[in-house]
Amino acid sequence: MADVSSATRGDLRLTRITKSYGDFTAVNDLSLTIPEGSFFALLGPSGCGKTTTLRMIAGLEEPTVGSIHLGSTDITTKRPYQRPINTVFQNYALFPHLTIFENIAFGLRRRGIKSVDADVNKVLELVELPHLAQRKPTQLSGGQQQRIALARAIVNRPALLLLDEPLGALDLKLRRQMQIELKWIQREVGLTFVHVTHDQEEAMTMADTIAVMNEGEIEQMGSPADLYDNPETAFVANFLGQSNLIKGRIEGTDGDNLVVDLFGQKIALPKKRSHAVDNSIYAGIRPEKFRISLVGTPTRGNTLTGGRIEDVSYIGVSTQYQVLMPWGQELMVFEQNDDGVAPFDKGDEVVISWEPGFTFALRGDEDVEAGTEVIPEDLDEE
Amino acid sequence: MSATLSKVKLPYLLLLPGFLFLFTFFILPIVNLAQTSTQTPIANGDTGQYEQTLRFSNYVDAFTENQEQFARSFIFALCATVLALAIAYPLAYAIAFKAGRFKNFLLVLVVAPFLVSFLLRTVAWKQILGEEGFVVPTLRTIGIIGESTTLTSTSFAVVMGMTYNFLPFMTLPLYASLERIDPRTMEASGDLYANGITTFRKVTLPLSMPGVVAGTLLTFIPAAGDYVNAAILGSPNTRMIGNVIESRYFKIVDYPTAAALSFTLMAAILILVTIYIRKAGTEELV
Repeated sequence: MADVSSATRGDLRLTRITKSYGDFTAVNDLSLTIPEGSFFALLGPSGCGKTTTLRMIAGLEEPTVGSIHLGSTDITTKRPYQRPINTVFQNYALFPHLTIFENIAFGLRRRGIKSVDADVNKVLELVELPHLAQRKPTQLSGGQQQRIALARAIVNRPALLLLDEPLGALDLKLRRQMQIELKWIQREVGLTFVHVTHDQEEAMTMADTIAVMNEGEIEQMGSPADLYDNPETAFVANFLGQSNLIKGRIEGTDGDNLVVDLFGQKIALPKKRSHAVDNSIYAGIRPEKFRISLVGTPTRGNTLTGGRIEDVSYIGVSTQYQVLMPWGQELMVFEQNDDGVAPFDKGDEVVISWEPGFTFALRGDEDVEAGTEVIPEDLDEE
Repeated sequence: MSATLSKVKLPYLLLLPGFLFLFTFFILPIVNLAQTSTQTPIANGDTGQYEQTLRFSNYVDAFTENQEQFARSFIFALCATVLALAIAYPLAYAIAFKAGRFKNFLLVLVVAPFLVSFLLRTVAWKQILGEEGFVVPTLRTIGIIGESTTLTSTSFAVVMGMTYNFLPFMTLPLYASLERIDPRTMEASGDLYANGITTFRKVTLPLSMPGVVAGTLLTFIPAAGDYVNAAILGSPNTRMIGNVIESRYFKIVDYPTAAALSFTLMAAILILVTIYIRKAGTEELV
């Protein structure tokens, strides 16, 4: 059959990929390198171009401009069946007329492998469903179908495994369980996984590297911790978790820190966490980094005074506060319920403080709402 | 109590109109036909007067006299079915997967011939294939058929007529079953190292088998019993069993033979269809 031998291995490189449908540009001048053996996530909201990118890697779409290399081989125009790449489809796309065994053996048989039993049984063991080999897909639950779809792909030991929202159809509990299993399986088989998802928690749980996509472009790429602690754009700051973005001006420097004025109050933030281009910035602080204290109690680090508790929501592991600041902005604060201190009440006059090192700075011309819109859990998006 | 009683009775009540219809227009005529098939002429009676003598050898006589027409019916029906399948499959495939927004328009075109009478359409084919039509002169000009060859009154014309007339019955079930296939299973096949042809053989075709079986049955069964195409487009040399039954009934007024032939035809079709469905194994499909 086609040349899908192990000769084609190595990093996946997307070079200046653009994909247009008429006037609509789904993916815009995207370049990306996915290292061999990594668990890579393409994260973004519906319609950001992540599925289109995945389909171009799979060969189901051809880029309008740009090239795709796997190792040293140019695979841009290769047909899907000529690529050593397999996909776990969003709706699994199992073959309804074949048994589970034959579904998994499909790729092996197409490559002319005669004795498939050992490989198929091994991968059925891996997904812990060996007893279902002779069933038909419709007789399986959603979670079982998901595992079979995964087994059907990894049995071929592809250079690259693509996962298109593979957990989207599962309920929350099963999804959490599968996230851990997928990560474990990826380590076990040592294949490169490229995972497309709109669920930031899913991406952060599983991936070594996340590329956050928005409107056909990559906003930022890095480890989950990098992206969370040091986002470069408002979109990333809002899409991965929640952020408080406060308008400010850089007033000067103090050693490794910048001195920033936030509505008349001075704070410090590390120079290396500033992505501003001029003096106008947004200072960003994650809600769980804030500490609340009543007026008059001593505080450490950056301090903002004049707050008043507007709303209190107790959610077990933490309490979430909305604190109204003198300049009219409501800040979000998450406090762990671990210190036995009675929660604050609505109307309390408070001071907010945090470690300067947790602050990041974005450009002052950013749209602070970017990435905050609710993402529908729509299965058939894009 | 009355609520549960009516719940038990309700399905039967709903079945009643259909049952009455089938009883009146299917079971009674069949019984009547069965009775007729073993009758013999009344001694010294008029033409068309028969009495019940339970003469089962009517069947043997009817069959042995018309073996050729039986064979021809099944061969013609088979040819028409194969041709219709060959034409309808790509058509249904294109409508299901490639037509985009023209899908509904094309489906209307497929059923549009039903707006014109079956007889008229068959007569129209006689014109198309006749000396004055455009087909024969064109074929003669490009040398596919000789100067003296005609197309009407041939087996070819009969098979073509049947293929044409039963094409929608082939196309619609094929379309319905192709349309139900999730295109992502085809993508998955390509992703799993199957090229276009292999994907068709291993995924698309097996998944469309219910449509193939339904379409071929809906074409083959009426085609095997058809007499209109052979009567209008054929000649005495292309008579099918339907023509024999028709003439026995309405021209020769030989009711017992006609009835015996009808039953023989039904039995033959039933046996063939049963074997076919067993072989196709559609019950294993989802």
